[in-house]
Amino acid sequence: MAARLKGLIHRLVFENLKHRPLRTLLSLVLIGAQVTMILALVGVSRGVLGNMQRRAKGTGADIIIRPPDSSVLSFSSNMSEKIVEVVRGMEHVKLATGALVHPISNLDSITGIHLDEFNELSGGLVILKGKGFEKPDDLLVDRVFAQRKKLEPGSKLDFGHLWNIVGVVEEGKLSATFADIAALQDIFGETGKISYVYVKLDDPKNTDAMKATLQQKFDTYKIYSMEEFTALFTTNAVPLVETFIQVVVGIGAFVGFLVVFLSMYMAVLERTREIGILKAMGASPGYIVGILLRETVLLALAGTALGIAMAYGTRALLAAVAPNMPQVIVPDWYLNVAIIALGGSLAGAVYPGLKAAKQDAIEALAYD
Amino acid sequence: MTEIDIRGLTKTYRIGDVDVHALRGVDLRVERGEFVAIVGPSGSGKSTLFNILGGLAPPTSGTVSIDGQDLAKLNDTGRTELRKKSVGFIFQKYNLLPTLTADGNIEIARHIAGKSGPRDESFKDILNLLGIGDRLHHKPRALSGGEQQRVAIARALVNHPSLILADEPTGNLDTENSTAVLSVLRDLNKRLGQTILMITHDPEAAAFADRTVTMRDGRIVC
Repeated sequence: MAARLKGLIHRLVFENLKHRPLRTLLSLVLIGAQVTMILALVGVSRGVLGNMQRRAKGTGADIIIRPPDSSVLSFSSNMSEKIVEVVRGMEHVKLATGALVHPISNLDSITGIHLDEFNELSGGLVILKGKGFEKPDDLLVDRVFAQRKKLEPGSKLDFGHLWNIVGVVEEGKLSATFADIAALQDIFGETGKISYVYVKLDDPKNTDAMKATLQQKFDTYKIYSMEEFTALFTTNAVPLVETFIQVVVGIGAFVGFLVVFLSMYMAVLERTREIGILKAMGASPGYIVGILLRETVLLALAGTALGIAMAYGTRALLAAVAPNMPQVIVPDWYLNVAIIALGGSLAGAVYPGLKAAKQDAIEALAYD
Repeated sequence: MTEIDIRGLTKTYRIGDVDVHALRGVDLRVERGEFVAIVGPSGSGKSTLFNILGGLAPPTSGTVSIDGQDLAKLNDTGRTELRKKSVGFIFQKYNLLPTLTADGNIEIARHIAGKSGPRDESFKDILNLLGIGDRLHHKPRALSGGEQQRVAIARALVNHPSLILADEPTGNLDTENSTAVLSVLRDLNKRLGQTILMITHDPEAAAFADRTVTMRDGRIVC
């Protein structure tokens, strides 16, 4: 019987929400939207950085050398390609090749490579359509880039320069666009410059020792093992992304607060008479606030579940319209978004709850 | 045995800068098991007396005792406890919660009163007397006015309060349903010895009570 009576309150809470379907649905969608917004942002950040990790690993290199004053996501610093020859002459170095990254826009760049050397380093670019580049204006693009820009072998692409698309390769190795390094240096006036040196060793076990040797030889340069390099592609390592996520989380919590504040405020106004009835039966202010808080918790949790479901929708949408911005599903954030939604919602329910608790029973019973 | 003992009861409301004297010294004694009708024109103070006896408003001065408990000495929490355990309300507009079934409306009164055991057997007799046993799983919108008022009566009785306060219980009902509801109230009073105080404008409704008290201008006149 005690369980039955407890179930009665849950039923009352559920029926109250069901009784105003449009308001409940709007609240759920808005709470869900803030949850989706956070999950999509975190998912896209991780997706894009994960892509960069995969591409770096796809080179097959054991050690990466970057110019002095460079940072992990910056392509602005370059160095002389003469360094490649010096590295090649060192013990334990099986292969060394340079690459020039020329940025075109915020997220896009062209990577100049020595195709033969890069194929040897990475195990080979897998050409899905067309062929490798032969002329200075030839460009290879990966499948995702080709899909996004609707490119086929034979297409022209104005991408900082008018390129001929000669082939489509499988994604996941170094870059989305490849040109001959000498041609790229020539076209963009960066003759003799490279952004990276990729080094393959005779045995990966020598990585730490070689890294130390290289660091000693090129003391101002950034020397990374592949493990170190890919570990830098995290949201924590990119200060702006982390700050941006925090801002969006803050906005999300505030939206949740406003949604529930308005929803519960309306609920208290609409239910003035019902609150009066409960008070007439001897319900304490705490009892009435408890009902509203239960409704809020239910809204927040159902909104969170809806938001999680909608995050799968945004993933599918991004995959269709912006394949260069892959969104990964982030289950480790589900608890966080639930807490954010719940916190914002409960904060939003405080004032309406107090208003309900203070309502005068006589006035409430006279309310029509 | 005296159930309700009211002496020198006054109630003054302040509306803007004006004091409104709703009750101007009411004296009334109601014995346990009595069925009393309170009649009087609008503004005579009936509803104010109803609100004070029900613990919905505090008195300004005087003493009001229900079952030996002085209401004038109760704070908000004390009046909440009084409504929970000692008083059952029946309203003109039934005031059932629209989202719960008839049974849910009865059960929530028990939940608020902190009762969790099974309903006692005698309550089944009350439901039979009220004739709503087969309507308990319906929501108020599926019930007629008379049925809704009988559910409200069941809700008022479920915690076995010392006093039932009925405010125009037949005000929204047709003659047939009015007679049925009043007959039920009278039966409950006779069979269970339930003390009932009923406010009404209707002399025919008042005739169902043991005694009629008339109010005018905040006083009991006869």
